Amino acid sequence: MQFKIVSLIVVALFYCVQANAQNMQKGKKIYEAKCLACHQADGGGVPNMNAPLDAASNVVGKDIARLVRIIRYGYNERIALDGFYYSNAMTASPDLKDNEIADLLTYIRNSWSNKASAVTIAQVQAAKKKK
Amino acid sequence: MYKLSNLLLACVFAFSVNAQENAGLRLPAGFSATLFADQIGTARHIAINDKGVLFAKLNNANKAGQSIVRMEDANGDGIAEKISGWGKYGGTGIYVKGNQLYASSDDAVYLYQLDANGEVTNPTAPKTIIQNLHSRRQHASKSITLDPQGNIYVNIGAYSNACQEKDRSVGSKGMMPCPILDSAGGVWKFDGKKENQSYAEGKRYATGLRNVIGLDWNNQTNSLFVTQHGRDQLNTFYPTMYTDAQNADLPAETMYEMKEGDDAGWPYVYYDPFQKKKILSPEYGGDGKLEGGKNALDPLVAFPAHMAPMALLFYKGNQFPAKYKEGAFITFHGSWNRAPLPQEGYFVAFVPFKNGKPAGEWEIFANGFAGADNNKTPRGAKARPCGLAEGPDGSLYVSDDSKGAIFKISFNK
Repeated sequence: MQFKIVSLIVVALFYCVQANAQNMQKGKKIYEAKCLACHQADGGGVPNMNAPLDAASNVVGKDIARLVRIIRYGYNERIALDGFYYSNAMTASPDLKDNEIADLLTYIRNSWSNKASAVTIAQVQAAKKKK
Repeated sequence: MYKLSNLLLACVFAFSVNAQENAGLRLPAGFSATLFADQIGTARHIAINDKGVLFAKLNNANKAGQSIVRMEDANGDGIAEKISGWGKYGGTGIYVKGNQLYASSDDAVYLYQLDANGEVTNPTAPKTIIQNLHSRRQHASKSITLDPQGNIYVNIGAYSNACQEKDRSVGSKGMMPCPILDSAGGVWKFDGKKENQSYAEGKRYATGLRNVIGLDWNNQTNSLFVTQHGRDQLNTFYPTMYTDAQNADLPAETMYEMKEGDDAGWPYVYYDPFQKKKILSPEYGGDGKLEGGKNALDPLVAFPAHMAPMALLFYKGNQFPAKYKEGAFITFHGSWNRAPLPQEGYFVAFVPFKNGKPAGEWEIFANGFAGADNNKTPRGAKARPCGLAEGPDGSLYVSDDSKGAIFKISFNK
């Protein structure tokens, strides 16, 4: 019995990691197509203009709803982040589906030096209801 | 074993000394550089008085709460040992004319008085020369230069990428005519002595310039020269028209001579350095080939795309070899919109001039600001060249607005 439970956990873990790797891969593709031009390959952004995603307190923080909003509607205000200001307008991505936003955020929150929780489709849907 | 470790130590020592040579810069033969100052703050433009006292305008106040930094190298070793500062507002522009020091915020220009030692006498009470200029986040920095008559020229950058109805949005059309141009997207001229001027007292001197950060008055031609930052993101908004590789090379960063009333064509056209034509912007119905801007200027010099020219300086001195006399130095901040292709720039370029006209191809003058070559990312770059100043002895100073270094470049004969 104990053996079975352990194997089950191992198998479940295996699938979790697999799914995560898949989500990361999908998120990376979206990042490269929609985000990299401004936020850069190293996630470092551009000083004074495009905010960094790597090591950014907002990005790895708990307010997932805000991140979802920024991706869907873009951002058109000067933003203060970790002691610096960034001024460029960010393009909205209204075409991204819930699962794509989840994959993209999971990728951004777990790339470069970022290590934060993955984002689920349910979290994206909850964020959209919040408005 | 002992010998080997000694050898290793010697190698490490030699390498570290070597790494500091010329403050890490790569220069033409006969030139050398020192790190004049370091970590002074986000040093944008710089200006120098006739005694060699250097002033830098910071983009944000530094840790000491200063936004204008004064640097003096009293013992002449190429390193400033007297560093002080004043001012609380961030900005880019700075200009010294005799005992008068002009400095800009993102919406105003102030005038300070210097004493015989180059010390500011009214640090908290400058005269407000120009005020209430548009500062709408994008391209908000105000660069300044003066002509010999004392008129001041101020760049008011367009608060937009390509004057779309909705800035930086896929499928959004360009506004016709572009309403931004009445109060931005050009260079404005004001009286350098009159106080409290704004749009009503000034004059739109030249238009169709998306964002000019480098500008200088050329005494030979008695006219204004500017360098423009070309538009971004052709591939992002028109992926069927432009590939990533095409966007990395389009449009050119450009240099113009601007006489009163001139138009450089933004936002309706951009300059394609391969077709050598002004091409109609896709936001205005262009397809990458259709030409436009019949009445707009052609650039005098076209540089590779997105490298971001930050300062322009005509060299008047006699220290550098003859080919540099009256030629133009331009700092290139370093690109971001070439991604996913490798970034470019992070150097100082030189364009030879003869009789007030470019007389040869542009070339890289000082390189290596980014550090290791694989470090050419806006965040990873060790230094991002920004301001330029020519000392009374003909040395060239270059500022870095990321970590706050000032490089002094001299020719040793």
